[in-house]
Amino acid sequence: MSKKVVIIGAGHGGIQVVASLREEGFDGEIVLIASEKEMPYQKPPLSKGFLQGKQSEEAILFRAATYYENNNIHLRLGEEVQQIKVSEKRVVTSSGETISFSHLILATGANNRKLVFNGTEAPNILYLRTLNDAQVIAQRLESSQHIAIIGGGFIGLELAALAAEKGKQVTVIEAQTRLMERVLPAVISTTFQQTHEHNGVRICLNSHIEQISNEGIQTKEGFIQADLILAGIGVIPASSLAQEAGIVCENGVVVNEFQQTSVPYIYAIGDCANHYNVFAGKNIRLESVQNAVDQAKVAVNHILEQPQAYRAVPWFWTNQYHLKLQMVGISAGFDEYVLRGEIGSDKFSVYYFKNKQLIAVDSLNRAADHLNARKLITAGISPTKTQIEDLAFNLNDCL
Amino acid sequence: MPTITYIQNDGTAHQVSLPMGATIMEGAVQNDVKGIVAECGGSCMCATCHVYIDEQFLDLLPEMEEEEAEMLEGASAEIKPNSRLGCQVRVSPKLDGIIVRIPEKQ
Ligand SMILES: Cc1cc2nc3c(=O)[nH]c(=O)nc-3n(C[C@H](O)[C@H](O)[C@H](O)COP(=O)(O)OP(=O)(O)OC[C@H]3O[C@@H](n4cnc5c(N)ncnc54)[C@H](O)[C@@H]3O)c2cc1C
Ligand code: FES
Repeated sequence: MSKKVVIIGAGHGGIQVVASLREEGFDGEIVLIASEKEMPYQKPPLSKGFLQGKQSEEAILFRAATYYENNNIHLRLGEEVQQIKVSEKRVVTSSGETISFSHLILATGANNRKLVFNGTEAPNILYLRTLNDAQVIAQRLESSQHIAIIGGGFIGLELAALAAEKGKQVTVIEAQTRLMERVLPAVISTTFQQTHEHNGVRICLNSHIEQISNEGIQTKEGFIQADLILAGIGVIPASSLAQEAGIVCENGVVVNEFQQTSVPYIYAIGDCANHYNVFAGKNIRLESVQNAVDQAKVAVNHILEQPQAYRAVPWFWTNQYHLKLQMVGISAGFDEYVLRGEIGSDKFSVYYFKNKQLIAVDSLNRAADHLNARKLITAGISPTKTQIEDLAFNLNDCL
Repeated sequence: MPTITYIQNDGTAHQVSLPMGATIMEGAVQNDVKGIVAECGGSCMCATCHVYIDEQFLDLLPEMEEEEAEMLEGASAEIKPNSRLGCQVRVSPKLDGIIVRIPEKQ
């Protein structure tokens, strides 16, 4: 029987599946089901170029509409999969239709975690995940002057930066002791905090919210006036569909090194997939373009019977003001770090070691270091401290 | 709308008309020109949108910013004097007719 691949979700993972299948010469049927009604678009620019007004809706599309026609992809926009019938190999969509598959790929991403007080969702807060969210935020940004942002993670801080650049009064409220604490070491948090403060953003750390009203936010430490409240406080993997179908879920959909779920012909990739990551040394979920794209390729290769286990080095980036931070590897658990360039300048990289092995590199405005580090970490090569510190030394020579 | 001709590494040519302000990368990716990956979606963060620009048009391009130059250094294929990152070059009327070649790998 010929293969028919159905993909749920047209984000970074879903689109890469489609592209890779056709690039690899797959000529079977492909159905791409997307709950959003817009032509599939990329999410990272939403909190960057799009809300800055530098990138249009057109510019952030993955593909022109003709791509789907030319490549014979059945793109079903504005339709949500509501049920997976595992043993029948069918999905049921919101339009009431039943679609059969030989292979199913869950690329459903994640949903924003909502702020909850005493069991009820806090009102008046906007969250950013979709183009529609971004359009609403764009309008509200126009008409607001005092903007409070709950959460000092990547999305919250990118929003803070672009609001500050629009001349708004911005306050960031973070419960932890420093910015982006979950993934970045103190040296980098400090550089970002200073840059935000320099741009007029007020940063409240160790801050605890007590109440939210139409006028603003009451924290233990004081009142913060706000006519617009945005929050970026993490995500919840979109795995309920899988869970209801009896597929094993735990912090997302659990997959093996080929992206297969507990049902061998159903795969999960991207933000929703809980996988064993060799670079983390444990099971994790990653929320990044890299992870969605690379896992899509792994799933496709497995479907096409040319299996290759997932082993891609994680990387990620964030843009705030003139600061471009690129991260590769997973730095958690490092026991030593070496600097290339000077802290306090806007251009340096931090090389993290664990048991003398290079495990991660964060590069601030040093793109060449980042690209080189991806190769070093993939190859398992650790340059010496002297080589790293010597700006005249070309680290590509280590490869 | 300026027209760009993309020549894939296998020799296949695609002619694409782009709206003003679109980038060379966007034109390629959205119209299914093979060989441009553009993992980062145009943030100048991945160097997988590397292209070779026809010599004739080189002088008409916007100057390369430092970050593009740095990123380009890390591209996978051979870097030539006419190498650019497709996401950093926006089309304008004077680039009408430009020919862009795609390298063998990204
Ligand atoms: C504002 C913002 C900024 C970001 N910035 C960066 C960045 O700078 N760098 C980076 O690497 N990553 C960034 N990310 C993360 C990155 O966008 C995600 O990791 C990536 O999109 C994950 O891809 P995915 O395919 O797993 O899911 P998504 O791209 O989220 O796509 C999932 C899609 O599935 C659809 N869907 C879900 N359930 C169903 C259903 N039942 N039926 C039909 N469709 C369904 C959803 O509507 C959604 O469109 C950012 C994310 C956001 C929101
Ligand atoms: S698209 Fe990533 S650098 Fe151009």
